[in-house]
Amino acid sequence: MKNIPLSALVGLFFTGAYFLMAIFAPLIAPYGVGEVVGDVWEPMSSTYLLGTDNIGRDLLSRMIYGGRTTIFIATAGTVLSFVIGSILGFFAAVVGGWMDQVLSRFVDLIMSIPTLIFALVVLSVTPVTIPVLIVVMGLLDSTRVYRLARAVAVDISVMDYVEAARLRGEKTAWIIFREILPNALSPLVAEMGLRFIFMVLFVSTLSFLGLGVQPPEADWGGIVKENKEGIVYGIPAALIPAFAIATLAISVNLVADWVLNRTTSLKGGRG
Amino acid sequence: MHPVLTLVAQRFALGLLLLFAASALIFAGTMILPGDVAQSILGQSATPEALENLRRELGLNEPPLQRYFSWLFNAMQGDLGTALTNGRDIADSLSTRLGNTLFLAFWAAVVSVPLAIFLGLLAVRYKDRWPDKLISAVTLASISIPEFLIGYVLMYFVSVRLGWFPSVAMVNSSMSLFERLNAIALPIAVLTLVVLAHMMRMTRAAILNVMQSAYIETAELKGLSSFKVIYRHALPNAIAPIVNVVMLNMAYLVVGVVVVEVVFVYPGMGQYLVDHVSKRDVPVVQACGLIFAAVYICLNMIADIVSILANPRLRHPK
Amino acid sequence: MSDPMLKVRDLKIGATIYPPGEKPRDIEIVHGVSFDLERGKVLGLIGESGAGKSTIGLASMAYGRGGVELTGGEVWVNGRDILKSRPGDIRALRGAEVTYVSQSAAASFNPAKKIMEQVIEAAVEQKKFSRRDAEERARVLFAKLGLPDPENIGDRYPHQVSGGQLQRCMTALALCPQPDLVVFDEPTTALDVTTQIDVLMAIKEAIKDTGVAALYITHDLAVVAQVSDDIMVLRMGEMVEYGPVDQIINAPQEDYTKALVSVRSIDHEEKAPTSEPVLKVEGISARYAGLAHDVLSNVSVELHPGQTLAVVGESGSGKSTLARVITGLLPQRSGQITFAGRALSPDLAGRSREDLRELQMIYQMADTAMNPRQTVGTIIGRPLEFYFGMKGAEKQKRIIELLDEIELGEKFIDRYPAELSGGQKQRVCIARALAAKPKLIICDEVTSALDPLVADGILKLLLNLQKVEDVAYLFITHDLATVRAISDTIAVMYQGNVQRYGSKTDVLSPPFDDYTDLLLSSVPHMRLGWLEEVVVNRKMQSGGN
Repeated sequence: MKNIPLSALVGLFFTGAYFLMAIFAPLIAPYGVGEVVGDVWEPMSSTYLLGTDNIGRDLLSRMIYGGRTTIFIATAGTVLSFVIGSILGFFAAVVGGWMDQVLSRFVDLIMSIPTLIFALVVLSVTPVTIPVLIVVMGLLDSTRVYRLARAVAVDISVMDYVEAARLRGEKTAWIIFREILPNALSPLVAEMGLRFIFMVLFVSTLSFLGLGVQPPEADWGGIVKENKEGIVYGIPAALIPAFAIATLAISVNLVADWVLNRTTSLKGGRG
Repeated sequence: MHPVLTLVAQRFALGLLLLFAASALIFAGTMILPGDVAQSILGQSATPEALENLRRELGLNEPPLQRYFSWLFNAMQGDLGTALTNGRDIADSLSTRLGNTLFLAFWAAVVSVPLAIFLGLLAVRYKDRWPDKLISAVTLASISIPEFLIGYVLMYFVSVRLGWFPSVAMVNSSMSLFERLNAIALPIAVLTLVVLAHMMRMTRAAILNVMQSAYIETAELKGLSSFKVIYRHALPNAIAPIVNVVMLNMAYLVVGVVVVEVVFVYPGMGQYLVDHVSKRDVPVVQACGLIFAAVYICLNMIADIVSILANPRLRHPK
Repeated sequence: MSDPMLKVRDLKIGATIYPPGEKPRDIEIVHGVSFDLERGKVLGLIGESGAGKSTIGLASMAYGRGGVELTGGEVWVNGRDILKSRPGDIRALRGAEVTYVSQSAAASFNPAKKIMEQVIEAAVEQKKFSRRDAEERARVLFAKLGLPDPENIGDRYPHQVSGGQLQRCMTALALCPQPDLVVFDEPTTALDVTTQIDVLMAIKEAIKDTGVAALYITHDLAVVAQVSDDIMVLRMGEMVEYGPVDQIINAPQEDYTKALVSVRSIDHEEKAPTSEPVLKVEGISARYAGLAHDVLSNVSVELHPGQTLAVVGESGSGKSTLARVITGLLPQRSGQITFAGRALSPDLAGRSREDLRELQMIYQMADTAMNPRQTVGTIIGRPLEFYFGMKGAEKQKRIIELLDEIELGEKFIDRYPAELSGGQKQRVCIARALAAKPKLIICDEVTSALDPLVADGILKLLLNLQKVEDVAYLFITHDLATVRAISDTIAVMYQGNVQRYGSKTDVLSPPFDDYTDLLLSSVPHMRLGWLEEVVVNRKMQSGGN
């Protein structure tokens, strides 16, 4: 674990902190998530560390619970998108032929429509619940993972050592898991960080537009929406969750950047 | 026919095909649920009469393929149907809003494109020195920030605290160009910040890629000044990738517009779309989705055609 | 006596390297080199990769490529020290007094501009000629360099002419401003051997006619012997030996120079064919998907146990395709392959594990032939496990035996490929092939990517292993010196056909067919005056240049 640059350490620290906060939300939060405890938009004080929100709930508690929802949805969406995208991507690369063509052209088609717009179209007819959000976001995002996984796997599968394994008579499963996967892992892990950020931004944006997590459930994008009216009166409550989203995203980005740099320096090992 | 024309024609045909397929996908997207669309629009408590009315209005009693083709056929003639919520003609409501959205996107592009290219060049000029590092740090940060945060931060500090620009971007047809521009100053700033990072990063990469070519070394070893090296040898090869970068980011901007319009309550298409998604007004959502997808596909197509046209190997075949 | 045109004194060159996961650090890559170059003379700089020869060449233009810095010493061009000159003066020198010819003309020409535009640019820009005179001069140079249609070739774009032609255009580009010195940086290395000879001759005559001085950089001593007056041998940034070409070639003093001179002189006694061939290829035709013509047509060869068949040809001759057909990666369209008495299925999927085990392959690029995430032990151990079911101590013991056989030893067992040198990597690949106890190993250009001395080591190892293990080699190469070193039988391939086939002695003895004559005569000899003789005597002109 030596030689980790400072930026990556900072990123790791904050990412870890946010995740711990999400896991232990009920233990940390001073008040309940929907509990009205004070006046509308009370300023920061020792009782309400971040003040209160547009109907007098404790903002810190809502932030902690909201973070839990946001991080949960983003994590679940990322996992879904990764499982689907990478399995199909590897499959397409190794099998090739018409299977690859059909899958790749279909992905091209989905990616020809902006993700947000397509999500809005689908969400206009589906009930907006957390599982639906996860599935819609995960499926739409899996197209990007598919492209990356396929590209990486195709790059590796034309390497002489993969050909050597084929000539040795190795089974397809051995080639995927022992020759290709170990070499594809680092770029995929780095991409996973970026996909996670995208998911956080995506679910926050949807909630902010009122089409994501529905009240009384809290999430960061939703808290921005609830408190946005305050901005005009000079009340910065809406900026706090937005700021949390940004710091989480930047932290994960710092980690992903480090993983990616480490990968490229391994590849181009000639200096 | 010249091979380049053939390629361009092919790419154009592919664009049309993609648009056609995208329209089918958008149409299918609104029928993604196995159950009854009318039921999910009206909710569980709807009366059977209301459901039946809605089904008739949406034409749900006809087979889906027939519905799709009549929708597509009408859309191609400019008839986007009527909104469920207020019974108005969608094409009428959309035309001014589309105009407003394009107005906003246009001015955001006017500001952001030259700025991004300038900063990209700056980063290349001072590669690995502090200006480059600063630019890449800011880029990393701004990729991680949601559009609405930038929007509210600017609104809070510039508009509310300093009182420089209006916090709500209201425009109407009686305003002069200057008044309009004043009204949308903050949205333009937000959109610029949103696309700037991507555009700059990609411009930097495109130029660096060209600058590392062996022919740039050849030019340097001819004793040319750095200006001439860049002007004569780097630029002709860098223009295509840069135009490509710009087009891709314009496409990105089209999507960024949705959130920014909601933040600043700007009467454009994005807000119209978002409003009607929550009202589950399916015909409006389909119409907006189709238009957004069309713009997006066109911009991507232009990007590809520019790279085809700029490739000397294709322009001057053996 | 006047000052030499180029005088280099105690030149030191450094660079910053960025090892992964470590702090960047400064290293010195050239440690104080000195030499003189008189007007109109040619100095050959020779050495293996990493010797610093290109870096020294570019230093004569005060240019450091990619973060390389000229840290000390003096470089005098036409009586002034350019390392102390101002940037403006250096610019005035580049492209006017000193010009440069790179290894890859294809990359060094701007793809968006016409050839003429680029050839005359320096001459016009440095105000040595008017545009009209420069164009006239360029056309004369095009003609002198033997380019077809010298009047109009300048109107073409770089991608519209062949590699050999572009390399000559690059020479014209360098000579057009009438410089005092031209730096030739491996100008013929990327070319096919039959094309190389024409470009080499063109360069040599152009140097003679224009009276320009030249630094000729290459790793091939036989090439540099043809064009130079003096030779400097470099190794790891230091001068090994420096003297007139005659002395270096015919009476080298240093051991390293002697090794370089005698490289590729391995020879071995040709073995007589035995009764039953291990590999019999009969009437093979093959083509790649989507191609309308055969890449191989009606190829028939035989290979006897414990012997070597060398398949030799230039790029595009179909020699690598033949290897792909035999391994089953590209099923043939017609014809029959018999291996160890059994008919081989054309398709890889139809072959038995025994077929696969007994037919192994070694690749040109050892870098990409080994999984970078596996240790040497895992790489060599896998065939043992896969074909023989070996495990634990038994496997370990056999791996160590194999490592000893390839002269690396036990300490390499836990290393990763990235920690090995090029020659060591190729040895590990050989061990992996041997681990399967094969009857036949296909060697696809296995020494082409290596420096000559390292390549020699690999060839010697292969010859020894053949004696011990009684394995047959199908040796694919473009290099006739390698063929001479290792083969018992030779097949010369040209445009998908076997042009000439027989025992080594037969194939390499006259009378020759035209193509074999061209190919054989194009291989540079370590002998002065060879180039001129060849150009006068050969029967056929090389085609694709």
